[in-house]
Amino acid sequence: MIKQPTNLPAGASSLPAPPSAGSVTLTINGVQRHMQLAPWTSLLDALREYANLTGTKKGCDHGQCGSCTVLVNGKRINSCLTLAVMQEGNEITTIEGLGTEENLHPLQQAFIDHDAFQCGYCTPGQICSAQGLLNEGRAHTEDEIRELMSGNLCRCGAYVGILAAVKEVVDKQSSK
Amino acid sequence: MNSFTYTNATAVDTAVREKSTNSRAAFVAGGTNILDLMKENVERPTHLIGINKLAALATIEDNPEGGLRLGALATNADTAWHPEVEKRYPLLSQTILAGATAQLRNMATNGGNMLQRTRCYYFYDLATPCNKREPGSGCSAINGFNRIHAILGASEQCIATYPSDMAVALAALEATVRVSGPQGERTIPFADFHRLPGDHPERDNTLEPGELITALDLPAQGFEKNFTYLKLRDRTSYAFAVVSVAVGLELEGNIIKEARIALGGVAHKPWRVIAVEETLRGETATEDNFRRVATAMLHNAQGYGHNNFKIELAKRAIVRALKQATEMNQALDANAFLNSNP
Repeated sequence: MIKQPTNLPAGASSLPAPPSAGSVTLTINGVQRHMQLAPWTSLLDALREYANLTGTKKGCDHGQCGSCTVLVNGKRINSCLTLAVMQEGNEITTIEGLGTEENLHPLQQAFIDHDAFQCGYCTPGQICSAQGLLNEGRAHTEDEIRELMSGNLCRCGAYVGILAAVKEVVDKQSSK
Repeated sequence: MNSFTYTNATAVDTAVREKSTNSRAAFVAGGTNILDLMKENVERPTHLIGINKLAALATIEDNPEGGLRLGALATNADTAWHPEVEKRYPLLSQTILAGATAQLRNMATNGGNMLQRTRCYYFYDLATPCNKREPGSGCSAINGFNRIHAILGASEQCIATYPSDMAVALAALEATVRVSGPQGERTIPFADFHRLPGDHPERDNTLEPGELITALDLPAQGFEKNFTYLKLRDRTSYAFAVVSVAVGLELEGNIIKEARIALGGVAHKPWRVIAVEETLRGETATEDNFRRVATAMLHNAQGYGHNNFKIELAKRAIVRALKQATEMNQALDANAFLNSNP
C-alpha cells in the first residue's frame, strides 16, 4: 500500500501511485518498516511522509541547515541528501528513537535545562547531531563543540544554550 | 527532482558495464553533491547506480609503494579520523576536517569528493547561460558577480573554481587516482586528474565515460613534520574556501629540502607551480624567500573585477602557510584544524 503524501490538493481524495514505486524496507528506531516508494524519495521524505515520523524536520532540503539530521549506524547524516533506497540494511535512528516523553534522553533534558531553543524547529536535528558528536568522541572543548556542531543552524539564535547543553552532556560522558 | 530508475551495484565490473552502456546513467555514493544538483535540475540522469554496497572499495590500507591506499568509498570522516591518516598524513586529515560539516563528511566519499562540481552560482542557476552546464551558451560569471571565481588558469569559456579542500592536500601530496573502466584499470597522476576549462568547461576531469574511481593512492612521503592547510573563507566553519593553501615541507634545520605548495579556491583544479616550488630547494626557510615564491606563483593571475582581491590574498596566504609549516606552532594536535582559521 502506498502511503499518500499528507498535503493533498483541495478536493482530491487520493493521488495516483508514483509510476515506478518499489518495495523498500528500512530499519527505523529498531523497527523494520516496509514501504512502497519511488526511487527519488529522500530518506527525509520517507521518514516524514511514509513512516509518519515527523520529528525529523525539513529545513533547506539541500544539506545546508542540519534540521533533517538523523543517525545511520550511529553516524549523523543529512537525511535530505540521501535516498531511501540507498539506506536499506542500515540502522536509522531519528529523534523519536532517542527518548520518550516519560523518559527523556540526557540531551533532551539538557536542552530544556539550558533553554537551548525558542521555536524548536531545529532542535530534533541539533539533538541527533549532538548524539552523533558524542558517538564520535572528538569534541571536548567549547571550540571543538562549536566547530563540530557547525552543520546545524538555529535561526532563533539559541546557540549559547545549545552549546551549554551539549557541553554538559559531553562533560558527563567523559567523566564516566 | 526528475524521475529516474535505481539499481544497487554488486560488483565493480558490472557497475562499469552498466554505466558505460547508458550515457544518461550516473553513479551515486554519498549523494551529497549529485542529489543536490538533481534537486536543482542541473544534473538530470535517468538512471542511478548505487555503489555503496561495494564494500571492497571502502577500506584504507597500506599500498605497495609504502604509502596508504584510500578506498574510493571510504567516507571523508572515516578517512580524516583514520589513525594511519592522522599519524602519517596529518595534512590530509586536517584538510578534510576543514571542509563541510560532520554530517556531510559522514556521507561524502573520497571518490565523490574528487568529482564535486563547481559552486559557481551561474552553474546552479538554470535561468542564466553557463558553458559548463550547457556548452556554447556563454559564461555569465566573466562579466557578472565573480567574487568566488578563478584567478588562475581560467578561459574565455569558464572562470569556475573547483571547490574541494581534500583535493588541495592530495595535490600537494602527489596522490594517484586509481580507476576502473570499460578498458580495465588505470592510474592517473593527481596533477592530470582535474583539468583546466579551456574550450571544454563541461569536462571537470579526465575520466573517460564509464570509468569509476576505485581508490586514491598516497605515496610514502607525508610531510608529517612540517605541514599546514590554511583555509580562508567568509565564515570560520562550513564555508568554501575563498583561497586555501596546502603546504608540505621537508626541512633539514632551516634548509628546505623539498617544498610542496598547492592552492585551492583559485582555479578549475588544485593549483601548483612545480618550477617555483623547486626554487625553494636548498634555500633557507625565511619570509623573504616565501614572499618571492608567493609572487612567482601568482605571476600570471588575472582578476575579473569582484575577485581581484584574491590575488593579494593568495600571496599573503602562501607566506603565512609556509611560515606556519616551518614553525609548526599549531603542533600535531588532532584538533589543530581549529587553529588554522584566521
